[in-house]
Amino acid sequence: MIKVENLSKSFGPKVAVNDVSFTLERGEILGFLGPNGAGKSTTMRMITGYTPPTAGVIRVGGNDVTEKPIEAKRLMGYLPESAPLYTDMTVEGFLGFCAEVRGINGADKAKAIDRAIEMCFLKSVRHQSVDTLSKGFRHRTGFAQAIIHDPDILVMDEPTDGLDPNQKHEVRSLIRRMGQSKAIIFSTHILEEVEAACTRAIIIDQGKIVANGTPDELKAKSELADSYVVSISGIEASAVRDKLGSVIQAAKVTIVNDKAPTVVARVFPKKAGTDGELGQAIFAAAAQHNWKINEIKKEEGRLDDVFRNITLSDTKTQ
Amino acid sequence: MKSIWTITKRELAGYFNSPVAYVFLVIFLLMTAAFTFLIGQFMDRNQATLQPFFMWHPWIYLFLVPAVGMRLWSEERRQGTMELLLTLPISLWHCIIGKFLASWLFLTLALVMTFPIWITVNYLGDPDNSVIIASYIGSFFLAGAYLSITSMTSAFTRNQVISFILSVVICLFLVLCGWPPVTDVVETLAPRSVVEFVVAFSVMPGIEQFNNGQIDSRAVIYFLSVIGFPLFATSIIIRGLRA
Ligand SMILES: Nc1ncnc2c1ncn2[C@@H]1O[C@H](COP(=O)(O)OP(=O)(O)OP(=O)(O)O)[C@@H](O)[C@H]1O
Ligand SMILES: [Mg+2]
Repeated sequence: MIKVENLSKSFGPKVAVNDVSFTLERGEILGFLGPNGAGKSTTMRMITGYTPPTAGVIRVGGNDVTEKPIEAKRLMGYLPESAPLYTDMTVEGFLGFCAEVRGINGADKAKAIDRAIEMCFLKSVRHQSVDTLSKGFRHRTGFAQAIIHDPDILVMDEPTDGLDPNQKHEVRSLIRRMGQSKAIIFSTHILEEVEAACTRAIIIDQGKIVANGTPDELKAKSELADSYVVSISGIEASAVRDKLGSVIQAAKVTIVNDKAPTVVARVFPKKAGTDGELGQAIFAAAAQHNWKINEIKKEEGRLDDVFRNITLSDTKTQ
Repeated sequence: MKSIWTITKRELAGYFNSPVAYVFLVIFLLMTAAFTFLIGQFMDRNQATLQPFFMWHPWIYLFLVPAVGMRLWSEERRQGTMELLLTLPISLWHCIIGKFLASWLFLTLALVMTFPIWITVNYLGDPDNSVIIASYIGSFFLAGAYLSITSMTSAFTRNQVISFILSVVICLFLVLCGWPPVTDVVETLAPRSVVEFVVAFSVMPGIEQFNNGQIDSRAVIYFLSVIGFPLFATSIIIRGLRA
């Protein structure tokens, strides 16, 4: 539904987005990750037709956004960063305005407003003026505006920013539910959100895509992926390191915690993705040396690790 | 077309949702009355004409019209709602015209509310009502011209005060470059052709024609272009902001 080809955007000498290409189909929820200033918002502004690209083509439902902006915009709902709203209106009035501009009138309009208010839990502030809303309610009103016309495509810039934990959870499940029938792209700084809601994630750094895959694929890139954490009682740390280090499948052993009588060690595999072999070897070693194992856990890899590793470049150069 | 009206409606409601609109209407009516009766000495003239009422409009509008229009785009920029508005499925032109029309309608309402003075002059004497109608039309165009300039200056900055000052300055130029006390001075310094060129920019000759009861096609074209050009400039400024 969205096809982005070789998209670039420069502001004067500053390159904000650099040759970005990706596609998004119905049923997909794409998480857009990246450090501050990576170019996430700029990319979304180009997709939604606010900022014209310096180079590249964006197609939304087959419409070139530069050539047929109105047709493309009709298919999309957009929640801009920090959810700007007309503060001189009530929540209901604002949603009504957005519906009318999108050609929804009369009974359909009332229905669309009711639906959006219900989905975004805005009932209690329905008749309240927007400028007296709390930040979270403002954000929810912005979200409601984006889904007022039940669009096929949703573009959201940090949709859970400023929400309380309950609302974050609600919005995530809402996104997941809507994602079954829509194409959704949203940016976030919360990595658990990507695991909780996304079918795919793109990490962008300094305007370039540095990773594109399912959350599991990205996690597998972590150094910690497929390593084992073992907690053993009644033994010296050095002994654990020696014995586990000599296990054939182990590449490296690090001691995570050494507080007598318990030692916690992390064992890295020589080859990632080998199912359980290292675990079996650790159990065998423990049995052989009669260790008291408290706990053994296989690590799936952590997104924040991957994120930090691939995007650290810019903090280093600064 | 429908979307223009949706924008206009929202913008108009914005005016009336705040007390500023009512304050403005009262100030406008008080000022026109004060100028007409105190400075224009409407009563002492003993003439059945609204000349002393309309002659002050270019000056009264000079401050009141920029005050009405200064928030048109600067507020959208400051609040960030421009991003919301321009990603809705409507063209930029519809937005510009819709907003412009809203404030023009608001000013027209203010103008219409001066009707008691028209009734008064008809009650007291026997004025030429066709002249009065032409003068009202001239005043309507004048408000549109100032407003269009304010639309342009408000797209230029996110600060309403700067937008206000810029448009007062530009409108003042359009008044002064055709105001006899100024043109008389210019005439002593520059050749006649220069004076005529400068006066051609002014709103004053056109307004005088309307106030004399003439609806001249050249004056109408002048006002339509003074409305059209700044609106066009508004669209260029906004396109530039997004790039
Ligand atoms: N209108 C503009 N003029 C000049 N530079 C801009 C403009 N908009 C964005 N930039 C620059 O482009 C780069 C990318 O900005 P962008 O807002 O897309 O980042 P982001 O990934 O959304 O960051 P964040 O996580 O902080 O929201 C930044 O360096 C920013 O300063
Ligand atoms: Mg951003």
